[in-house]
Amino acid sequence: MKSFTYERPSSPSEAAAAVARTPNAKFIAGGTNLLDLMKLQIETPAHLVDVNGLGLDTIEPTPEGGLRVGALVRNTDLAADARVRKDYAVLSRALLAGASGQLRNKATTAGNLLQRTRCPYFYDTAQACNKRQPGSGCSALDGVSRQLAVIGGSEACIATHPGDMAVAMRLLDANVETVDAKGSSRKIPMAEFHRLPGDRPEIDTTLKAGELITAVTLPKPLGGTHVYRKVRDRASYAYALVSVAAVLQPDGTGRAAFGGVSHKPWRVEAAEGDLPRGAKAVTDKAFAGAKPTHQNAYKLKLAERTLMAAIHEARA
Amino acid sequence: MVGASATAALAAVPSAAGAAPVSIDKPVLTKVSLTVNGQRRDLELDTRTSLLDAAREHLHLTGSKKGCDHGQCGACTMIVEGRRINSCLTLAVMHQGAEITTIEGIGQPENLHPMQAAFIKHDGYQCGYCTPGQICSGVAVLAEIKAGIPSHVTADLNATLQVTEAEIRERMSGNICRCGAYSNIVEAMTEVAGRPV
Repeated sequence: MKSFTYERPSSPSEAAAAVARTPNAKFIAGGTNLLDLMKLQIETPAHLVDVNGLGLDTIEPTPEGGLRVGALVRNTDLAADARVRKDYAVLSRALLAGASGQLRNKATTAGNLLQRTRCPYFYDTAQACNKRQPGSGCSALDGVSRQLAVIGGSEACIATHPGDMAVAMRLLDANVETVDAKGSSRKIPMAEFHRLPGDRPEIDTTLKAGELITAVTLPKPLGGTHVYRKVRDRASYAYALVSVAAVLQPDGTGRAAFGGVSHKPWRVEAAEGDLPRGAKAVTDKAFAGAKPTHQNAYKLKLAERTLMAAIHEARA
Repeated sequence: MVGASATAALAAVPSAAGAAPVSIDKPVLTKVSLTVNGQRRDLELDTRTSLLDAAREHLHLTGSKKGCDHGQCGACTMIVEGRRINSCLTLAVMHQGAEITTIEGIGQPENLHPMQAAFIKHDGYQCGYCTPGQICSGVAVLAEIKAGIPSHVTADLNATLQVTEAEIRERMSGNICRCGAYSNIVEAMTEVAGRPV
């Protein structure tokens, strides 16, 4: 690990200012992904701004009837919150499907959104990776790609967003609240938070340099039956090959989003109207334009079947 | 001749390597106080020091083990502020003033924690390398179930939780045992939870 200086500011705008003014600085919250990457020298910050002293760790009702989840609420606490379990069960389920108990105790709401891809070529510093080292190429395109993106990728990158939580938040139309070094805040809809790789795969999100996430707001509850279905190589503690977050209403209408298939949580609202017609109608539309590799084309069928299983689970 | 050219080649190395010297990382030292197993410990550490390395290398509490050092195996599990975490994936400097319990604080040879006694009784280990992490995790898992924190296998998110085999297996998935003592670990935890083994 490269050496770094360290500070622990006491207000969000101070933290944002510290990252904005210091070259090569990064925020650290739970640190479970950042420290892993620092040990491998994939991330090499010269300065860490520890945000754990900022509060931002409560879940409060909003005037609109939703919930405002502080950036530093731990994954365990968000999943276990009685209001989330009752009204946003898809979010509880997604969180509990991810990582291990130890990691969920440390991982934060904001940090989970910002976790980097687990593409094996991003992790292997001996390989070309445009996300890790812009312009170096992409070893994944002709490499071992069974875990990687089938849609929304580019000639530069076929990495996936690895998280589960973000898929549920995208489904729920959550908003990401931020503050910058000048103290001004904004809301970013989850649909616009993660970006597609295009020719700049090193940029995962639409956050600006030094912009700090302060909260995620959930709109008022959708009702219906909430399902998070995750298919992976082992029964627990593994990344999704494909996951489905769904909220389904008694009349068969609803929403569906997919994880493990793209650089961002994949949700196509125009396809959701076909939910009453069954899974295939939805995935045919949601994955139109997919460009799988020969190793991960199975994910298209798996997405359809996982959605089908989610629909059955909701009806049961 | 051979000797002369070899010397010339050696002499040429510094300029051929370019002007940039190999930069040596200068450590940044920071003071941190931790309460470890009920005892206040004041340390001056390189900011890079993980909580695991602070315990093992600086406090000589070598019960917590370094397995993968990447949060994948759970051998380093400690209980920090009442929660189990991977001590390899957190910096000591981030835990100023924190209450930390390592395996040495869970119990001692003459004063075993019930979970330690149950691991012995049920043969919950072979080589023992993962055991401190398994026991810290096992103690915390039963507390998590008692506190009503659900898991991936909890059928009804709003019902009272039970200590079932499926719950234990799911919640312990962050602790790897390459000897394969899993079924005996489940038995040990089941007994400590007060359920029939």
